[in-house]
This record gives sequence, C-alpha cells and structure tokens, in this order.
Amino acid sequence: MAQTEQEILDGIAELVNEETGLPKESVELDKSFTDDLDIDSLSMTSIVVQAEDKFGVKIPDDDIKNLRTVRDVVGYVQGAQG
Amino acid sequence: MSGQRTVVVTGIGATTPLGGDATSSWEAALAGRSGARPLTGDWVVKYELPVTFACTLATPATEVLARHEAKKLDPSGQYAMVAAREAWQDAGAPDVEGERLGVAIATGIGGVWTLLSAYDTLKERGARRVLPMTVPMLMPNGSAGAVGIELGAKAGAHTPVSACASGAEAMSYAMDMIRDGRADVVVAGGTEAAIHPLPVAGFAAMQALSRRNDSPETASRPYDLSRDGFVLGEGAGCVVLEAEEHARARGVRIYAELVSAGLTSDAFHIAAPDPSGLGATRAMKQALEAGGLSPDDVVHVNAHATSTPAGDIAESAAIRAALGSAADRIGVSATKSMTGHLLGAAGAVEGIFTILALHHGIAPPTINLTEQDPAVELDVVTSPREIGAGVGLNNSFGFGGHNVAVAFRTMS
Repeated sequence: MAQTEQEILDGIAELVNEETGLPKESVELDKSFTDDLDIDSLSMTSIVVQAEDKFGVKIPDDDIKNLRTVRDVVGYVQGAQG
Repeated sequence: MSGQRTVVVTGIGATTPLGGDATSSWEAALAGRSGARPLTGDWVVKYELPVTFACTLATPATEVLARHEAKKLDPSGQYAMVAAREAWQDAGAPDVEGERLGVAIATGIGGVWTLLSAYDTLKERGARRVLPMTVPMLMPNGSAGAVGIELGAKAGAHTPVSACASGAEAMSYAMDMIRDGRADVVVAGGTEAAIHPLPVAGFAAMQALSRRNDSPETASRPYDLSRDGFVLGEGAGCVVLEAEEHARARGVRIYAELVSAGLTSDAFHIAAPDPSGLGATRAMKQALEAGGLSPDDVVHVNAHATSTPAGDIAESAAIRAALGSAADRIGVSATKSMTGHLLGAAGAVEGIFTILALHHGIAPPTINLTEQDPAVELDVVTSPREIGAGVGLNNSFGFGGHNVAVAFRTMS
C-alpha cells in the first residue's frame, strides 16, 4: 500500500516533532536533517527506526547516512513501499 | 570552622505523591494528607503482586514536560528535571558562570523503567528496535547529566548512589563542592521512579513492604505498634545550594543554612539495619561535630522512619544515643507516613521538608500514629507544631548500611 508524497511528509513531520519538539511545518522537503533541523545522530537513528514501523519499510543502517534531506527519506520510503 | 564557606539554600523544587511542586507538597504535608493510592497498571493483577498500592506522583511529569522532552528521559529523569527547573526558578535563575555551577542529583535505582522496557523490546522485536537513547536514559547519572546540560553546569555533574541515603548524600556532596571552592552554586537532590513491577516484587520478597492492601492511606505508619513495612513512593526533590556571599551579593531569599553532614556505614548486613543503631548514631554525632553544634541546638528531626518494624526502632535508639536528654524536647517528624518511601529521592524531599520546617518555624505531622510503639522513646510530632530557631537534622539510611545525617539551621 504505497502512500503519497504528502502523506509520507506528514508522517515524517510527526516523528520529527515528537522526537525534537520542532514544529511540524518546519519539516519541509528540502530541509537537511543535520544542517537545517539540527537533529543529532542519535535522534536521527531514533526517527529512522520509528519510520520503519510507521511506513512498514526496512531502512538498512548503511542507507541511513545517505538520507540527508527530508526529500531523501520521502523518496526512500516511496521506493521501498512501491 | 573559621574561613570555611557558609552554604545556604536559595531555591527548592519537588514533585511528590503529595503535590506537583514544593509548595503544594509542603501544604499537603502540613494538612496530614496521604499520597498512597491503589495501583492501576494491568501488571498488578498479571504478575499477582502481593502489594497493590503505592504513593504515586500527584501530577504526572508527562503533563509538565513537553512531549519530546519526556521522550528522551526515563521517568526518574523526568521527575528530576521537573524538580530542578522549579528549584532553579525559585532561586531566581542565578546568573553564574557555567564553570562555577555544579549538579549533584542522586538516585537509588536509576532508569529501571527504561532498562526493562528496552529489554522487552529486544526480546520481542530484536536489537534493531532498541532505541539509541536507551543507555543515556537508563544510566543512573542520566538525570544529573540532563539537568547539567539544561543549566549549562560545568563544575561537575555527580550522582551519589547509596540506596535510600542517596538524596541526602547528594546534599552533602554538593555542600563539599562549594566548601572546597569547586563551585559557587550547586543544584542538589534526588530522584526515583521505581514503582515498577520488578522492584515492587523484589521489595515484597524481602518482606519490606506493608501489605495493607485494603487501606493504602493508613499503611505507612512509622513508630506505630501495628506498622508492617514501608510503602513505595516516587518523585524528586532538588535544592539550589549557594555560597552565602554569592547569595547575599544578589540579594536573594535564603531559606536556611546547610551546616554539615555525617556519613557512616554499618558493615553489618546488606539490607538489615544494625539493631544497635550505632552507625546511625555516629552519623548524627559526626554531623553535629562537623558543624560545631551540640544536641541543645537541635529543634527538629526529620527521621528516616520508613515504617518497618526493625528500622524504626534502631533509628529511634540512635536518635536517643546521639542527642541524649535533649531528645526529650525535640519534635521528631516521620513524613514518610504521608509521602511513602521515595528511596533515592527520600533524603532530598525530606531535606526540603526540614528546610521548610525551619524556614516557617513549623514541624510537619506524622500521620497514622494510633498507638506509639513503647520501644520508640521519642517525642513524635503528630500535628503541626511550632518550632523555634535552631538546627534541623535530616536522617537517611540505605540498604548497604549507608547512614547519612544532614544538619540545616535557621538563617536570619
């Protein structure tokens, strides 16, 4: 069951908000997790682990380092769901 | 004693079974309220726990902290953060260099909820599902670290661990930091969040807990002839300790002076108190001696008094031995009758009650004392009682044979 880009973006914004307290609106496609959202590696790992549950996908550790922006994660999830 | 820095209390904060902050906890204590309630978790029935009540927090910390803050802290860390923030604000958020600001927040057990729920996750879903904050949340020093980060404290963040004496040991440690010139301001206290099925089962297996399941509010009854064990509690207390000259320079309200402490160990038994009470006696005597005090200076004692048959008698004998005939006129309060036993936070919350008793000139009551055990030869305070200016002693003892007595004094 593939989700739309907007649905996935909303889901990621929710996870980021719960993890960091950042407003959901600040989680935009072109934002970088480390540079723009100031999310450290522990929080990033936590978000990815929870994203796996939320979107029903598997994101191997080796792939996490390539997920720099919000768009990267949305794209990865879409690919994995498809 | 000349040349030694005077250490004063300028801020207090707490979250306890009696109230969500220090003021409401103190008012509930003066009103003689019990914080004991039936436990509602499904695990009470599921694991057939022999004890079905405890003194749970009056205000859940998750209602106070932002969701993302609570998520990164074990419940023990959440409680510590709530208490530390209140104490810091109460002290007027002192303007102090990070390198002159320290933290000493103790715990008896640490992040037991995090440890065991992460282990459940590991067993049920594998290592991949164990969250990366698991270790920082479960480690006993997690609270001191988190509060230190929040306040920018760089003079040292410490976590004394001595079971139920931990909170008092943190007060002593923080006092030493200021006396030794390592810090000018220290946030000191204790936290505990161990109302979890495993510690409940473990304490029950030791026959340490009251079994008065049909009457939680009357179960914690220190010094009463029919006492049958302690009631598990949870919460945190923090104070802001400050070098007197630092506090005076910024003109802040001073609650009391932290004069001295005595710390000894029994070397007797890992869990049972030395029936002679000698270790506790030495702790109280040491505290008086270190502060240049005599029993005649003492106007109030907040006793450890957990409501166990053996512990209460050993301590009452120790108080008699340490204070001599002065004990005839010193009102002793056992506030665990209301809060339950906060383990590693007990010394911190009871330290705060001692400080407030001196500050307001009133000793809090001991509830549920229907028939005083004749072996307890103390003047037990059963309704709020006026006390004069002087010294208040707070006793805390822990499994392992730890004895800590902390002396506070009225400050004009």
